[in-house]
Amino acid sequence: MLKDYKADLHIHTCLSPCAEVRMSPATIVKRSKACGVNMIGICDHNSAENNHATLEAARRYGVHVLPGMEVTSLEEVHILALFDTLEPVLQFQEMVYQKLPGENDEETYGMQVIANADDEVLGFNQKLLIGATTLSVEKIVNKIRSLGGLAIAAHIDRESFSLISQLGFIPDNLALDALEISPALSYEDAVRRYSPSLPLIHSSDAHKEEEIGRCCTHFLIDEANIGEIRKALRGQEGRKILR
Amino acid sequence: MTLKEAIERLGLHVLTSEEVGDAKVTGGYTCDLLSNVMANCKTGNLWITMQTHQNVLAVAKLKDLAGIIFVNSRQPDEETIQKANEEHVTVLNTDESAFSISGQLYQLLKEP
Repeated sequence: MLKDYKADLHIHTCLSPCAEVRMSPATIVKRSKACGVNMIGICDHNSAENNHATLEAARRYGVHVLPGMEVTSLEEVHILALFDTLEPVLQFQEMVYQKLPGENDEETYGMQVIANADDEVLGFNQKLLIGATTLSVEKIVNKIRSLGGLAIAAHIDRESFSLISQLGFIPDNLALDALEISPALSYEDAVRRYSPSLPLIHSSDAHKEEEIGRCCTHFLIDEANIGEIRKALRGQEGRKILR
Repeated sequence: MTLKEAIERLGLHVLTSEEVGDAKVTGGYTCDLLSNVMANCKTGNLWITMQTHQNVLAVAKLKDLAGIIFVNSRQPDEETIQKANEEHVTVLNTDESAFSISGQLYQLLKEP
C-alpha cells in the first residue's frame, strides 16, 4: 500500500568537518524520529564511514536510512549519492578515496569523527574530506548510477559548490535523478527560477541537530527504498512526490 | 588587439584546429564560476579559467567570446576539443597561472 514517507535525504554526521560533533548517528536517528521524519539520507562529505553506525542506530528507532555521500567533483560541484545498502556506498567510497588528495587539519577545518551506534568515538578520519576529488561530475554520476544509486545535484540554488554556480547550467547528458533545493528557496520559487527538466527535492542539509527535518520531501511510495523513490521521481505506478 | 596578436604576444597554445581569425579582443575576464561568467563577461572578451568542463563552450558561444584560455596547463578532454572545433570556439591554454596571464593580458590591452 502506498504511504506518505517524510524524507530528509541530506544529513551530515560528525564525520563531516563542518558538522557539529553532537551529530552522532544515534542523535540523528532519535531527532529524525522525534520530528516525524521516517526516511533519512546520510550524506557526509566524500566519505561514508558513519553509514554503518547510522544504519545500526536506525534499526532501534524504526527510521529508514539510505546510506549515501555528498561527493565533491573536480569542478567543485556537490553531488548526492544515495543507495539501498552499505555495500555499494563503500564501493563508491573506494573510488572517491583514490581520487581525493590531501590530509585534514582539525584546527582549520574541524574534527572528522567516526562513531558507533552507541555514541562512542571509534576514531578520526585523516583525509581532507572538505576538499574536492579529481573526478568530473559525469564520472561521479555514471558511477553512482552503475552501482544502482540515486544521483542528485545538491543545493542547486547555492552560490557555491552547486551545479549551477560552478557550471552555469545543467550539462546535457548528465544522468541525474533529481535536483535538490536548499531550505532557503521554496518549491514554487525554484520552479519559477529554473523551470527544471528534472524533479526537485527539498532537504535540510543539516549540519546541526536542530536543522534535521527543517526541510523535507514527502514521497508517496510503497516502501522506503531507492527503486520506489526513483518511481516517485518519475511519477510511475502511482508513486509521486506530494507537494 | 586581435586574437591572433594576443596569442602570439602571450605565447598561448592553440588547442583547436580551426585557423584563428582577426576577431578583436575587447577585454578579459577571469573567473571559474560559469554562472558568474554568464552574468558578467562581455562580447569579445578573452575568458581566463581553470574550469575545463564542456559547459564552457556553451558559455563562450552564448556570450560570443573571443576565446577561452585554460591556465596552469589545464587540458580539456578530447571530446571538448572536438566540440569546440564543431562550434567554432577558439580554445587556448598556457602554463601560466590565472593571476599571471590576466596581468599580462591587462598590460597588453592597455597599450596604445
